Amino acid sequence: MTSLFRTGLPAYAMVAGLLFLAGLPVLAVWADNIFLIDLYLRLMILAIAAVSLNLILGYGGMVSFGHAAYLVIGAYAVGIPAYYGIYDGFLQFAIAILASAAIALVTGAIALRTKGVYFIMITMAFAQMVFFTFVSIEEYGGDDGLVIDARSEFAGLLDINDNFTLYYFVLASLILALGLVHRIVHSRFGMVISGSKGNDRRMQAIGFPTYRYRLASYVISGAICGYAGALLGNFTNFITPEMGDWVRSGELIFMVVLGGAGSLFGPVLGTAVFVLLEEYLSRLTQYWHFPFGAMLILVVIFTRGGINGMFRWLGERIGMGARS
Amino acid sequence: MDWGLFTIQMLNGLQLGVLLFLLAAGLTLVFGIMDFVNLAHGSLYMMGAYFCATLTQLTDSFLLGVVLALPLTALLGWLVELIVVRALYTHDHLDHVLATFGLILCFDTAVDYIWGPTGMAIPLPDFLNGQVTLFGGLDFPVFRLVIIFSGLLVAALLYFMVAHTRLGMLIRAGASNRTMVMALGVDIGKLFALVFAVGAAFAGFAGMLIAPITEASIGMGNDIIIVAFVVIIIGGIGSIKGAFVAAMIVGLIDTMGRSFLDQLLKVFMTAQNAETSAPALSAMAIYILMAVVLAFRPQGLFPPKVR
Repeated sequence: MTSLFRTGLPAYAMVAGLLFLAGLPVLAVWADNIFLIDLYLRLMILAIAAVSLNLILGYGGMVSFGHAAYLVIGAYAVGIPAYYGIYDGFLQFAIAILASAAIALVTGAIALRTKGVYFIMITMAFAQMVFFTFVSIEEYGGDDGLVIDARSEFAGLLDINDNFTLYYFVLASLILALGLVHRIVHSRFGMVISGSKGNDRRMQAIGFPTYRYRLASYVISGAICGYAGALLGNFTNFITPEMGDWVRSGELIFMVVLGGAGSLFGPVLGTAVFVLLEEYLSRLTQYWHFPFGAMLILVVIFTRGGINGMFRWLGERIGMGARS
Repeated sequence: MDWGLFTIQMLNGLQLGVLLFLLAAGLTLVFGIMDFVNLAHGSLYMMGAYFCATLTQLTDSFLLGVVLALPLTALLGWLVELIVVRALYTHDHLDHVLATFGLILCFDTAVDYIWGPTGMAIPLPDFLNGQVTLFGGLDFPVFRLVIIFSGLLVAALLYFMVAHTRLGMLIRAGASNRTMVMALGVDIGKLFALVFAVGAAFAGFAGMLIAPITEASIGMGNDIIIVAFVVIIIGGIGSIKGAFVAAMIVGLIDTMGRSFLDQLLKVFMTAQNAETSAPALSAMAIYILMAVVLAFRPQGLFPPKVR
């Protein structure tokens, strides 16, 4: 029971969730509601971004307030080659990953020299830098954005112009990202990262150059998020610098914290709640941001550890904590 | 080089610097004293602008609008502290960021609900609306000069308050050692509520000053707040002096970069390359400056002496 509630939701519930995602397109066709596929495509792409952020925020304690920048870099890595008529998906995704990793390396090297709130603000400022760069490049549409006229081509192996194929491609990517983060977190490397979150000085005293470990995890996280950005560009077919606005970065953090930072499936859960709530609240009222914001404040004030923390808290109240 | 244009852009840079300082002062005081990160500070800037716009319409006088909107914004800041911020002191920075992020969503939506999605213009009285001829026959808008002077005046007032009054003494003491100030029997909670309200009034004042030029609009605080964060990072978090110097530097670099960087680049590269890269580079200029400062002084230019 302890292990169950330490991570909040039981793992089998999350596996059931993934199975639900796998079956959703069939469900959408059966219910004659193709829109559901679009909704869950967006959900899963954002979930990959949230999972990447969780690697450094949840496990490493590095609150990056600029992660949406990697989304926008990834999206433009698809958009800019497409602007020149290059649709090779392998090339586009490689650019997305490498460009995000490179930017993460440079900005991370500076940002990680600082701690706490400085780190939050610096990552945010660097993301604004990326944002304004894309805004000011007129060639690629400036703040009007850029239309991608065809999705990535994978040498005939995969045709993601079909939304069903794209859906399963994204789902596979999400599972891959979760697997990757799981592997990293449970490796020696991951132990150093979370050890450094707990007590950086002690880790250094033991002899780990924690700065390098943290930077490496920051770069990996940025690269995964850039990959999610490339998916996002393919999904929307229309990209704007707006995708990397700092408000988007705030939303990503919220998704991670809402679901429970530092748990494997937490970010996916948080993203699901976020996107679905956004979707259905916005149908009720055009002023849905207000209850949304108020909920955010209440979640922060009254629950620690997001939805996962709520389950844990409930678990303790009901007495399950005591039994285990 | 057109020196007339250069002078005018210098003044514009100064004007941006003054506005940034008004924002950064409240931000850095609150952070310096209570270790609280307030992303919603920009919302108070926006609310100041909207209060002023409405009151200007009601009273038919911009000056009266400002005079009435100032205490209103302070009151709003006090309420925000009471209802949301106070509950969060014991939480970590991440929680501050998230909760105040939620506040931004609430404020932006509330403005949309109350005032509608389109911006609100603030009409200026005639005596503020004209041009003034400066030395050398340069024409410059009167109101922009008013912004610079009133901003500098408020900065001086703030300096006097922080450096020479009992409240200022407590603020400085609170910023360097909160526990000690509490141990001496100062109600740090009340002190902070006061600082928060004053910071809100400063932010609101900045919004009131800029709104006649740009209109009061939804989300107007969300872009400038990041620049204000850059300012306090460069200046050193918690330092009023640092905030002032950094605000001026950032204001000047941003404005000058936007107007003259292409000419500067033409010295090094072809005209075409200069014209394409200048907009992007000037947009990045202040962030590059921040990165450079941090690379050499992670604590900023003027870190508070004791932390």
